[in-house]
Amino acid sequence: MSAPTTRSVPPHTPYHPRWYRTHVSTYWWMQQWSYFRFVLRELTSLGVAYSCVILLYFIRALSVGPQAYEALERRLASPVLVLLSFISLLLVLFHTITWFSLSASAMAVRVGGKRIPGLFITASNYVAWLVISGLLAWFLLR
Amino acid sequence: MPDTIQLDIARYSPERDESPSFQSYTVPLRKDWVVLDALNYIKDKIDGSVTFRWSCRMGVCGSCGMMVNGEPKLTCATFLSSYAPGPARVEPLRYFPVVRDLVVEMSDFMSKFRAVKPWLVRKEEKPISQGEYLQTPQQLENYKQFSMCINCTLCYAACPVYGLDPFFVGPAAIAMAQRYNLDSRDQGSEERMEILAQHEGIWGCTFVGECTKACPKNVDPAGSIQQYKLTAAMHWFKSLLMPKASR
Repeated sequence: MSAPTTRSVPPHTPYHPRWYRTHVSTYWWMQQWSYFRFVLRELTSLGVAYSCVILLYFIRALSVGPQAYEALERRLASPVLVLLSFISLLLVLFHTITWFSLSASAMAVRVGGKRIPGLFITASNYVAWLVISGLLAWFLLR
Repeated sequence: MPDTIQLDIARYSPERDESPSFQSYTVPLRKDWVVLDALNYIKDKIDGSVTFRWSCRMGVCGSCGMMVNGEPKLTCATFLSSYAPGPARVEPLRYFPVVRDLVVEMSDFMSKFRAVKPWLVRKEEKPISQGEYLQTPQQLENYKQFSMCINCTLCYAACPVYGLDPFFVGPAAIAMAQRYNLDSRDQGSEERMEILAQHEGIWGCTFVGECTKACPKNVDPAGSIQQYKLTAAMHWFKSLLMPKASR
């Protein structure tokens, strides 16, 4: 039996077309700016998670006592952690702003049978953000 | 504006080629020509073997969807002059198997489309003597946007989730399901929920949003999926709180 020869014509079955299937690269998200921005947005969740963990640490320190709270504040004042907090703040802001703009498409709110324009939903998110932040600031700083 | 433009067209012959390659053609660059006009010029005057689908030439049939310079486009609604001075690259719709040149295999989409029951489902039809199912303009408005879909599948070619997970039901099919769910004459939302509330249904969507940008009919499939997620989540909560009532 002779060794199989290299065929110049690829295999083809009559009556069954040989489709060409494209392979999706692992780096698909780097091939288009909109895909890259999407993955970037997904990654900002890490910043949100970091902020949540820090918040939980603060709550725990509060429950332990003033000394624990001050110790945590001192620990967070190290240059590396300040930088990390700053980066996580940027990530959280990016996440929040993009989420607010996406919410207009995700919510179809109807008043009196008419759909409210997306701009109104986005704007109401910002208003809620400002009001809640204002209330928290008033509660903490009064 | 130059007189001509170069088009690099993806060619693939299942009998001859292992993978697609590009062939360049130079066509007149006319102000009133769309990309489909240029393709028809090539087919008529230069190379009759170039294969592509088209029908209505007016953005209604949804047959002539292709990738133009990497973006999913209806070639009958995309001006050639937008790509001047060129060259412009024309490829078959991304993520679909290629049958030949610019023609893709769509039976996967068709089976998903059928699975979501894109028709009016009635638990019980009322007798003809009782007349038609009336609808107010406002009830029509609720689903009209989603009914504009022409099944061109540009949204599938724009969706990386579909590229990565071929089992994903996909944007147009979900938008069409939502079109019938929101129709006051329909009673099939429960049946559709079984298909759409699966992982490969709405929850497969990560809200990249490119389907909505690619849609030539402003259907907003991404919006429809997110709105459906909200409906499914509410349904789940209701069944959790009131298991008997939701049955």
